[in-house]
Amino acid sequence: MKYKFGFAAALLAASFLSTAASAKTFVFCSEGSPEGFDPGLYTAGTTFDASAHPVYSRLLEFEPGTTKPVAGLAESWTVSPDGKEYTFKLRPGVKFHTTEFFTPTRTLTADDVVFSIDRQINTKNPWHQYVAGTSWEYAAGMGFPELIKSVEKVDDLTVKFVLNRPEAPFLANLAMPFASIMSKEYADKLQADGKMEQLNQMPLGTGPFSFVGYQQDAVIRYAKNADYWGGAPKIDDLVFAITTDASVRYQKLKAGECHLMPFPNAADVQSMKSDSNLKVMEQEGLNIAYLAYNTTQAPFDKPEVRKALNKAINKKAIVDAVFQGMATPATNPIPPTMWSYNKDIKDDTYDLDAAKKMLADAGVKDLSMKVWAMPVSRPYMLNARRAAEIIQDDFSKIGVKVEIVSYEWAEYLDRSKAKDRDGAAMLGWTGDNGDPDNFLDTLLGCEAVGGNNRAQWCNKEFDALVKKAKITSDQAERTKLYEEAQVIFKREAPWATLDHSLSIVPMRKEVSGFVQSPLGDFTFENVDIAE
Amino acid sequence: MFGFLLRRLAVLIPTFIGVSIIAFAFIRLLPGDPVALLSGERVMSPERHAQISAQLGLDRPMVIQYFDYLGGVLTGDFGSSIVSKTPILKQFLALFPATVELSLCAIVIAVVIGIPAGVIAAIKRGSAIDQSMMGVALVGYSMPIFWWGLLLIILFSGILQWTPVSGRISLMYFFKPVTGFMLIDSLISGQKGAFASAVSHLILPSIVLATIPLAVIARQTRSAMLEVLSEDYIRTARAKGLSPFRVVSLHALRNAMIPVITTIGLQIGVMLAGAILTETIFSWPGIGKWMVDSVFRRDYPVIQGGLLLIAGIIMVVNLIVDLLYGLVNPRIRH
Repeated sequence: MKYKFGFAAALLAASFLSTAASAKTFVFCSEGSPEGFDPGLYTAGTTFDASAHPVYSRLLEFEPGTTKPVAGLAESWTVSPDGKEYTFKLRPGVKFHTTEFFTPTRTLTADDVVFSIDRQINTKNPWHQYVAGTSWEYAAGMGFPELIKSVEKVDDLTVKFVLNRPEAPFLANLAMPFASIMSKEYADKLQADGKMEQLNQMPLGTGPFSFVGYQQDAVIRYAKNADYWGGAPKIDDLVFAITTDASVRYQKLKAGECHLMPFPNAADVQSMKSDSNLKVMEQEGLNIAYLAYNTTQAPFDKPEVRKALNKAINKKAIVDAVFQGMATPATNPIPPTMWSYNKDIKDDTYDLDAAKKMLADAGVKDLSMKVWAMPVSRPYMLNARRAAEIIQDDFSKIGVKVEIVSYEWAEYLDRSKAKDRDGAAMLGWTGDNGDPDNFLDTLLGCEAVGGNNRAQWCNKEFDALVKKAKITSDQAERTKLYEEAQVIFKREAPWATLDHSLSIVPMRKEVSGFVQSPLGDFTFENVDIAE
Repeated sequence: MFGFLLRRLAVLIPTFIGVSIIAFAFIRLLPGDPVALLSGERVMSPERHAQISAQLGLDRPMVIQYFDYLGGVLTGDFGSSIVSKTPILKQFLALFPATVELSLCAIVIAVVIGIPAGVIAAIKRGSAIDQSMMGVALVGYSMPIFWWGLLLIILFSGILQWTPVSGRISLMYFFKPVTGFMLIDSLISGQKGAFASAVSHLILPSIVLATIPLAVIARQTRSAMLEVLSEDYIRTARAKGLSPFRVVSLHALRNAMIPVITTIGLQIGVMLAGAILTETIFSWPGIGKWMVDSVFRRDYPVIQGGLLLIAGIIMVVNLIVDLLYGLVNPRIRH
């Protein structure tokens, strides 16, 4: 970064990247402010990137670049034959951060694990309502209060979870940000001092970086944890420079004011790729955008009508228009990077004549329907209205009249759940834990009708397969069950699967060691900057 | 003067209550449910929804919620954010200095350039200078802020590399805020180069934020000056043989200032609105950006508290403008 004129003399001193020789400072131009720093309270990736990933660790961690849960704070674990008891052996000697605001006197024990989980599920725990309106969204969303019968300390380094039923994705759930392990000693101190809300403002954990300070909506600073159990990070300081506008993030990256940025504008990606100071990593995101027919309402209760409409959607056109190619058309309800993805399933070919004929064969004519388009841009669908317009245009060619409707976002989420909702609603999903259950049962299971199952689709055959897979611990067996479930999904077509978007990460050339996470997380424990 | 001040203060009370009702009611008229938004695409069960609404007090009748809220406000408690769970006043006080610093710089630029430009245009009425100045002012007035900001960033930060892209100070400087005003804090910190860095970060956002008020002030000054310059007493002053400079600066400008001061006062309100966009483009951590985020998250306490605080500040600014009038033109006091 060089300033050529005017302020050059004074500002040369300010060009921190060129003067950062003594201490390596890595700057991440993050896209938004964290809602808080207690990962249990929130669901947004932006919040987890600033809290769970740098500051905390979990019993299990996702292996970098994959969705495979591997040993984290737990060195090893055993599962009882009935799949209801999980016993974890903790890594000995794991140190909590020593910061300006707290000095720990002991290392990680089972008490910390019990505290971290119990506060989220036990309404009698004093930390369950530690600030007004506390809600443990993810713990509730993953069914922890009903699933976990108890979490107990066996000895200082052994902790046992007893479940009410076997649950195969449980290990993956424990690797999720909301299951971060906090220091009970720190929490006790805050409670004694009457400052419980500080747990959400000044986090303290065992992660690769310790929290230094947050200037609201501007900068978050972290320092390297030299004692990190996974090996000390190579950079000394980690800084999040909060920059909400994607064009401005790009300018900052170009000017060398940051090393790496998330979520570029699709239109900027080509010029980023041709910039010799930058490099761009891309990977298929763990997401899906879909159009859910209301399968309880005529004529969408007939699979042949849904199939016919699916054949009339030009997914390639959507991917090109909305993502400028930075997405792939979707065939299955889970993304191709996820284990158990059924590669043998072929997508419905785009064929307007065949679609027209299928509709006529099904006895449908002069069909008018609503297509719901989300009012917001999401990673899996950047511009829902544009996509809806393409669908509207395609459907008009087979004689189906489409009215595009939209509502304010919360209203949209609420109304699209209604069992008597008309037409087809566009929505999507980003995976939480890399487990197929998190897509197939969460979005299409019978229990989710009237909730996450926007197609209101309850197919006994499909449901039995995913329910069985949920309680089966053998992954090969589960893979078979999920592959079969995807065949039924494609045959019945409760959704038109639209796209899986690519996750694109531009960074400075001198950055090394960054590993893209399929879950879309941004973690920096392995990054380095070339001198 | 004291009676005038008391009368003005008395008017503020019903205005403040009116604003509090509007702020409270309007947000609730917007579609959208803050509790449902907490879980995003992940559906919340009706039982949990009811439980969290009860915890936040959103299940009570609106009138009771309002009076409860008003009671809190009168004791200085604006409530806490639904999302971040931190007290609103604390957040506001942390962010407000950034907005004030930016707005003050912008208003200084707008006044220092706008008034002389208006005066010159009035004196040189009909000339090429007048026409080009008013042409530029018209362009400035119609400038879409977001586009303008981005254009300046690409030109001055991207291509020419004269100024930093965004933020309030280079990340190499790190000190605890004392006043919240970066220019002052950077001086207090004593770190070499910190003040220059803070100034360089202020330049582009101030220019962007000043653009529209500058145009308005220049146009207003010009028309006020034209009106005053055709008055009899100006002709008398000229006939007495006073120098043109004295005529303009002592006799004309002082009288022309009355509507200009009103305009500047009004522009402070406009500026707070402009700050929303400017702060978003330049990643400026002020109240504009904070309020916008809260609207999207339907964070009721933040929106209503923020609106009320901003309205309170605008009312105080208007009061000061009224008092300034009295100083400039004693007749108004009566």
